[in-house]
Amino acid sequence: MTLSTSIRIIRNGRVIDPASHVDAVRDLYIDDNGLICQNCPEEGSVSGDHIIDATGKWVMPGLTDLCARFREPGHEHKADIYHESRAALASGVTSVCIPPDTEPVIDSPAVIDLIQQKSDCHITPRIFTLGAATVGLKSEKLSEIAALRDAGCPAVSNAGLPVSDHRMMRNIMDYSASHGMKVFLYAQEGYLAHHGCAHEGRVASRMGLAGIPAASEIISITRDLALIEITGVEAHFCRLSTAQGVRLIEDARRHGLPITADVAAHQLFLTENDIIGFDSNLHVLPPLRSESDRDALRQGVIDGTISAICSDHQPHETDAKLAPFAETEPGMSTMDAFLPLVLKLATDDIVPLETLISCCTCHPASIVGKTSGQLSPGHVADIAILDPEPEWIYQTDQGLSRGKNSPFNGWSFTGRISHTLLAGRLCYQRD
Amino acid sequence: MSLSLQLDASGDLKHFLTVEGLPYEMLVSILDTAESMTGVTVRSIKKVPLLRGKTIANLFFEPSTRTRTTFELAAKRLSADVLNIALDSAATLKGESLLDTLRNLEAMYVDMFVVRHSHSGTAHFIAQHVAPHIRVVNAGDGRHAHPTQALLDVFTIRRHKPDFGSLCVAIVGDILHSRVARSQIHALNILLTGEVRVIAPRTLLPVDVESFGVRVFYDLEDGLRDVDVVIMLRLQHERMQSGHLPSEYEYYHHYGLTRDRLQIAKPDALVMHPGPINRGVEMSSSVADSPQSVILEQVSHGIAIRMAVMSMALARTPTTP
Amino acid sequence: MTASPEYCASAALENLIRSVTDRLPCCPDSAIIGIHTGGVWVAEHLQQQLPGRLPLGTLDISFYRDDFSHVGLHPEVRPSRIPFDIDGRHIILVDDVLYTGRTVRAALSEIFDYGRPASVLLAVLIQRDGRQLPVTADCAGDTVKLQDNEQIKLSGPSPLSLEVVRLP
Repeated sequence: MTLSTSIRIIRNGRVIDPASHVDAVRDLYIDDNGLICQNCPEEGSVSGDHIIDATGKWVMPGLTDLCARFREPGHEHKADIYHESRAALASGVTSVCIPPDTEPVIDSPAVIDLIQQKSDCHITPRIFTLGAATVGLKSEKLSEIAALRDAGCPAVSNAGLPVSDHRMMRNIMDYSASHGMKVFLYAQEGYLAHHGCAHEGRVASRMGLAGIPAASEIISITRDLALIEITGVEAHFCRLSTAQGVRLIEDARRHGLPITADVAAHQLFLTENDIIGFDSNLHVLPPLRSESDRDALRQGVIDGTISAICSDHQPHETDAKLAPFAETEPGMSTMDAFLPLVLKLATDDIVPLETLISCCTCHPASIVGKTSGQLSPGHVADIAILDPEPEWIYQTDQGLSRGKNSPFNGWSFTGRISHTLLAGRLCYQRD
Repeated sequence: MSLSLQLDASGDLKHFLTVEGLPYEMLVSILDTAESMTGVTVRSIKKVPLLRGKTIANLFFEPSTRTRTTFELAAKRLSADVLNIALDSAATLKGESLLDTLRNLEAMYVDMFVVRHSHSGTAHFIAQHVAPHIRVVNAGDGRHAHPTQALLDVFTIRRHKPDFGSLCVAIVGDILHSRVARSQIHALNILLTGEVRVIAPRTLLPVDVESFGVRVFYDLEDGLRDVDVVIMLRLQHERMQSGHLPSEYEYYHHYGLTRDRLQIAKPDALVMHPGPINRGVEMSSSVADSPQSVILEQVSHGIAIRMAVMSMALARTPTTP
Repeated sequence: MTASPEYCASAALENLIRSVTDRLPCCPDSAIIGIHTGGVWVAEHLQQQLPGRLPLGTLDISFYRDDFSHVGLHPEVRPSRIPFDIDGRHIILVDDVLYTGRTVRAALSEIFDYGRPASVLLAVLIQRDGRQLPVTADCAGDTVKLQDNEQIKLSGPSPLSLEVVRLP
């Protein structure tokens, strides 16, 4: 079986499809248009090459990752579409959202075309580019949001850069709402976060690191909720990190505001206590917060307040992390460990498996307005097949991502992707 | 983590990066060694051959005349060769050039780096990346730690008031930005000091400072009651620009140590300051120059402490790598 | 571990005192310096027994040892205390056992960092074989010959006693 082979039958796997509440051992069929179909192809019409025996394996929808940086264009010294795509597919990720902080910034259709051209040269997951809400992400001038929508952007965002001017944020929301565009919000108030690189609290105080208070997130979410209410924009909150942030989202949803929220997988494991040794791989934004924050994030995933888990993959070149903690660039390379990390929450009995898979498949897909991430007939056959048995130790030097800046080096995980299919075609197969 | 980095497998000092987590015995052993070093500084030839043939590089990414000078003098009293390298932090913003600088010095057979840098964790970072035979001493990293300063302070206290269990020590001023205060608090707590207080307005206190094991006072006069030692911290002028304080005048009015206020502390209370003093900001001249002030003693003890730390960290290292 | 009666500390001390008294320069500018720890004990006895109650200094040669790179710093370094001016003095340098000669070399180096003595007389309670440097005692309480794996150890300060320790 070679790459690009179109698969027609996946036999005898444990099919897990949260969208249709299916969790059963059965065969899965794919038609010659790459869609999942009801009926088995006619006897004899499919040769062995087009059949995967998934006995003992899990057959899941391919993952949708709401935030991964592939660093192309502009930061090819860190990573590139070719390598990060391979890492994503090997993690079962079939769709990724790329935030607009590339160079040039994704603030015009031309940049989207450029990324499209570059990705056409390789086997990649489906790439959804998020448009920049403001020109150059500078929060001074609105981007041509309607043009970005027409070029295929599912949403606009200001990436990690705070929009400090409330009137500008209101304009982003009003204008996006007029054009049916969704807004991705990254909740960090800039003045309080001022030069911070760690969660403001006991640990940062001891280490003498400038802190980012939880209030920075709370203020930002509170303001944005007020603006969402008056503008009626469709909004999604990215990378929640605090207990109070989760509570604000929960309250707003209970009051009927149609908002969603996601969390980065590493925030569900790591806390401020992990940075005590000044390991620059743990310098991330938002910062790793307290244990009670982490527990609240986990609870938010369990009760559905947080409906998506993303990798927040940020590969860096070695030098970016070779400096004193605060001087290093924030972000960790997480793609290689993304799915195993998420599944570990089920293995450790923290979050039910079905919830976790929803948070990586149908939920994030629907947040970007896609119907993928489901395995019922008629849906596109983006599929991840997982061998749940093998126990393995993640080592960054054996990872596929070019970014070796992972704090999970040496962690042991259970289960690995064996095959990934995009519209029925085999695009990753583990040797 | 810090501990495993600064002590070797047999528990001896390898690097000296922070006071936090240092075993009681190790801290006392440094103070005792420093005590024996004080003898060297008062005789006619103020030099011992202990570190002859060793090369110590002072890597200062932040200007500091006094700390650098005492490290230099300490190294010279131990007969080491000293390289003073003043570096502009801005020129080494990229990690690669900081490491390049280290590699270049390693190639010159340097045995020890004494490092001062404006970012917390720099000494840790360097200790993690130097060749295994090289030792690192932290001469101040950002707001994180200034361990030799803290040890010279407790050394000075011990000489006057050796029973730490019965002492109440107050640290007054900009705790938030102070690596000295952080290291002092750890050192005093390791020595089981009866009570450690911090006195400052909230804008100059780190969040959760109580978790360091200190009692917090916002009012200087309340905080000075029954205190045996008052440590005044230096106030940087930029705290007014950054919105932490309204004015030096108001600071002195509420947190400046005057003769009258010193009366509130115990009659024999020691007055300390890591220097250089802003007279009329942190304390009045009459307090700075009073018999209770041991500020100049602190300076001379700095040399003995640095001699002790350097010789302990460089013990059992081969002369050639 | 055997205690040998022939190495009697008090007899050796008497011999040493006699020998030093004979050699004692008649000039008044003499002083005694004992090397930590055993040498200080012997020096204290000498000070009491010699005429004129000479000033006494103590020396910890840890900072002058030549084996710092191998064994590191002695864990209990005590400050050297020389409460008199070395310049122009006749120094009686006192140690308990003269063995390799390295301690004496270190002590001489340290003394010269305090000043320039007029002369140095080396007085040891016991001299044994095994010299590695050209050092000889001017006065010795006793001379012994030991196996390579044996050490002679002094206990004190009062009374002084000697024992031979056999290393495994």
